[in-house]
Amino acid sequence: MTSLLKVFDVAGSAMTAQAQRLNVVASNLANADSASGPDGKAYKAKQVVFSTELMGAAENSGVRVTGVIEDPSPAKQLYQPGHPMADEKGYVTMPNVNVVEEMVNMISASRAYQNNVETLNTAKTLLMKTLSIGQ
Amino acid sequence: MVNKLDELLNFHHQALNLRSQRQQVLASNIANADTPGYKARDIDFKAALAAAVSHPPKGEPPSGAPAAAAPAKLLYRAMVQPSVDGNTVDMDVERAQFAENTVHYEANITLLTHQIRTMLAAIQG
Repeated sequence: MTSLLKVFDVAGSAMTAQAQRLNVVASNLANADSASGPDGKAYKAKQVVFSTELMGAAENSGVRVTGVIEDPSPAKQLYQPGHPMADEKGYVTMPNVNVVEEMVNMISASRAYQNNVETLNTAKTLLMKTLSIGQ
Repeated sequence: MVNKLDELLNFHHQALNLRSQRQQVLASNIANADTPGYKARDIDFKAALAAAVSHPPKGEPPSGAPAAAAPAKLLYRAMVQPSVDGNTVDMDVERAQFAENTVHYEANITLLTHQIRTMLAAIQG
């Protein structure tokens, strides 16, 4: 009974983590063409880092986002001599966002989120059935 | 008489306990499907139930709740398709096991409810 209640914590932590991943994907996709940001430089793609978080016993392992890192892949160089951000050779430094990768990341995050919602719903159904034992 | 009732319900009590523990383990596996380095875990339900039923908790106070049996040993799931990041969660397997465990849990509750109804019928005549 009590361990079923912990499913809520575990699935909830995973949903929070996946939602954060989805957030980062949205921000990457939105800034896929931002040639300059608040620091004057091209936007850098960001990725979340997941890690296991023990919630009491070993069987209660939730998920935690330990950090958001910047994608180390090189920035795209676009030849656009008329662009105000172009260097002396006519190249503009564009974000290193890989749109295809981000779309895949988005689908993966959304499916993982759905999985956890279902886990949570199942645990809820089981708890309600447990409460009706003997009736 | 109360002891007999206890014995009657003990099996389902232990089984439900282990089922809910297993549900917890499987939920953790599903939650960590994208965590690098996470190893999928599970319990050997048959062995754990046999151990829980054959060694019932002793020395419990007569009025208090029965002492919870020791939690089942956590094992690691054998890998079918290893992934580069060291994660061994196979979502198909986990979902199937999760559904199986859910059905068994519900079946257990149904059986327990029927057993209680039978006893009630016997008591009330």
